[in-house]
Amino acid sequence: MYVAVKGGETAIRNAHALLAEARRGDPAVPEIGIDQIREQLALAVDRVMAEGSLFDRDLAALALKQARGDTIEAIFLLRALRTTLPRFGAALPVDTATMTLRRRISATFKDLPGGQLLGPTFDYTHRLLDPALATQTPAAPAPAAKATPKVSAKAASKAAGKAAPKPPMGETSTPAAPVPRVTDLLGDEKLIEPAPADTGAEPPDLTRTPLAFPADRATRLQNLARGDEGFLLALGYSTQRGYARTHPFVGEIRIGEVEVELFVEELGFAVPLGAVSVTECQMVNQFHGTAEAPPQFTRGYGLVFGQSERKAMSMALVDRAMRWEELGETLSAPAQDAEFVLSHSDNVQSTGFVEHLKLPHYVDFQAELGLVRLMRGAHAAASDALQDGDPE
Amino acid sequence: MSAMPTITYNFGYLDEQTKRMIRRAILKAIAIPGYQVPFASREMPMPYGWGTGGVQVTAAILGPDDILKVIDQGSDDTTNAVAIRSFFAATAGVRTTTRTKEATIIQTRHRVPETKLGPEQILVYQVPIPEPLRFLEPRETETRTLHALADYGLMHVKLYEDIARHGHIATTYAYPVMVAGRYVTDPSPIPKFDNPKLDDCPALQLFGAGREQRIYAIPPHTRVVSLDFEDHPFRVQRFDRPCALCGAEDVYLDEVILDDRGGRMFVCSDTDHCDQRRAAGHAGTMAPQGAPKGTSKP
Repeated sequence: MYVAVKGGETAIRNAHALLAEARRGDPAVPEIGIDQIREQLALAVDRVMAEGSLFDRDLAALALKQARGDTIEAIFLLRALRTTLPRFGAALPVDTATMTLRRRISATFKDLPGGQLLGPTFDYTHRLLDPALATQTPAAPAPAAKATPKVSAKAASKAAGKAAPKPPMGETSTPAAPVPRVTDLLGDEKLIEPAPADTGAEPPDLTRTPLAFPADRATRLQNLARGDEGFLLALGYSTQRGYARTHPFVGEIRIGEVEVELFVEELGFAVPLGAVSVTECQMVNQFHGTAEAPPQFTRGYGLVFGQSERKAMSMALVDRAMRWEELGETLSAPAQDAEFVLSHSDNVQSTGFVEHLKLPHYVDFQAELGLVRLMRGAHAAASDALQDGDPE
Repeated sequence: MSAMPTITYNFGYLDEQTKRMIRRAILKAIAIPGYQVPFASREMPMPYGWGTGGVQVTAAILGPDDILKVIDQGSDDTTNAVAIRSFFAATAGVRTTTRTKEATIIQTRHRVPETKLGPEQILVYQVPIPEPLRFLEPRETETRTLHALADYGLMHVKLYEDIARHGHIATTYAYPVMVAGRYVTDPSPIPKFDNPKLDDCPALQLFGAGREQRIYAIPPHTRVVSLDFEDHPFRVQRFDRPCALCGAEDVYLDEVILDDRGGRMFVCSDTDHCDQRRAAGHAGTMAPQGAPKGTSKP
């Protein structure tokens, strides 16, 4: 006898109770603290903040804990909170030239004003699992690095392994003296296209206006900034393998803290709101020039919350690829296709729609069952009529 | 550890600004029946693809006096219907029901209730892909132009090709409709069995697609025609047996596999309709003896 499927509510409650238990894991193991996640899984926290479009380390750490370490689930949790927050204004454009640097490298020049500063990087580490980390021993303090992430010319030149020609900044830099961007240095000779002028127009806000095509560059960059790291990585990689090749060079990557300011009408001046950590990538790409425009390097741009060079670089590659029309190139590859890229970059959207296939679809499936039976019936009748003895 | 910011939510989760934005989109949608209005869809606390469009529409129109019913595949008891109903019970504190007749707002996924709706009711559909032309033309820039020009040749060619190949139109759900003689519209993935219920319906029908950021509407008593050809008129699915529990004919049935020897039974997909009929004394061939399973109140 058929028993009607009931009890969905109880089943869901039980599933959630099981989830809470699984999240906690073995109760004999001490529970992980938000502060531990924030401090020791900082790059996971950074990614959640970047793709969650909300700069709050504690909330991102909480989301990671609640999501059992599932990054996209944590991003989703953060977004669902972010969307309810009031928006009371647009900050002034941040000036990355004045940021407090923790890392700054250029692949296009051996040395440059401000120096090369390696900072905390996995680059050049040997990827050997370190058994020492398996035990809880106090870490040895980093040699030159100080607790406060300040850049001095000395530290910068030390990191570059050579003496800087002239110290471009004071020994103590609070606030940091500007370290010119490589693209600004190239711009002096007009070897690279200028950065787009600030028109003063209110920037678009993808969270308040639906995405529409064609999308301007600001909208595209905003979409990429919160887009899925893996998706952008694959697209950026594809441009390197010949699917819309752009001949990229890392002009500069800089990581550090940049001040966010809000212009307050009532006061008549801008007030600082605090600092956010960002990674900026200026990709320098070849451009052959046209009849009107002389040969010149072009730019691809990436800016991401926190420390994520992979994401910032991928973003810069894809940004440059999507500029094909403006630069008179031909559309030949997925990374150039703004509608394709922007419509599929958001991992909260993607994961939702892919995973919704788990939801019941038996009504539609029933309709398809009926159709397949009908078509098979017609097929069999036709075969019988032919009497060709097909045993199917 | 630094202090967490306090987290508070508004009535029905969405803030009032967002609700106003959604209501504006709904009003525009009602003014242009069948036209897909872009709206700045929000991240909701349930995944995209799980009804965020419907949930946003419901949140925007829900008042404290409303009585909400949520169905998925025609059933109030499927997990996602339960989750969405309890979401509104928790965030808005509204009364919920499983009875179609009692509800003022019915949010649905993949079905239209069998019980005829009245003018005081609103049916909110969850929509995965609002664009009926999407699988013929993936580009939004193109499909918007086609709609603007009312150029639906692609769709007619697709339906014609079905007939040429199979002898009939091989679309069984999300069967495209023409709304008010102007826009070809996706009725959401309801079985085409339900399409005739959309026509001249006294209730307001709202469609929300969260991930795709679109809202559209069929106002009460609007002409809704399923696309077809004169020599191949639109026809709905027929089941060659009644519901095994309530004996209803002319309803949409779910096929339930009973054993591994080919045993099957067919029962109403609309669980409330089935319950009401059984309570009224109707019985099918496999109806359990005694009272029907109670309509569990959440």
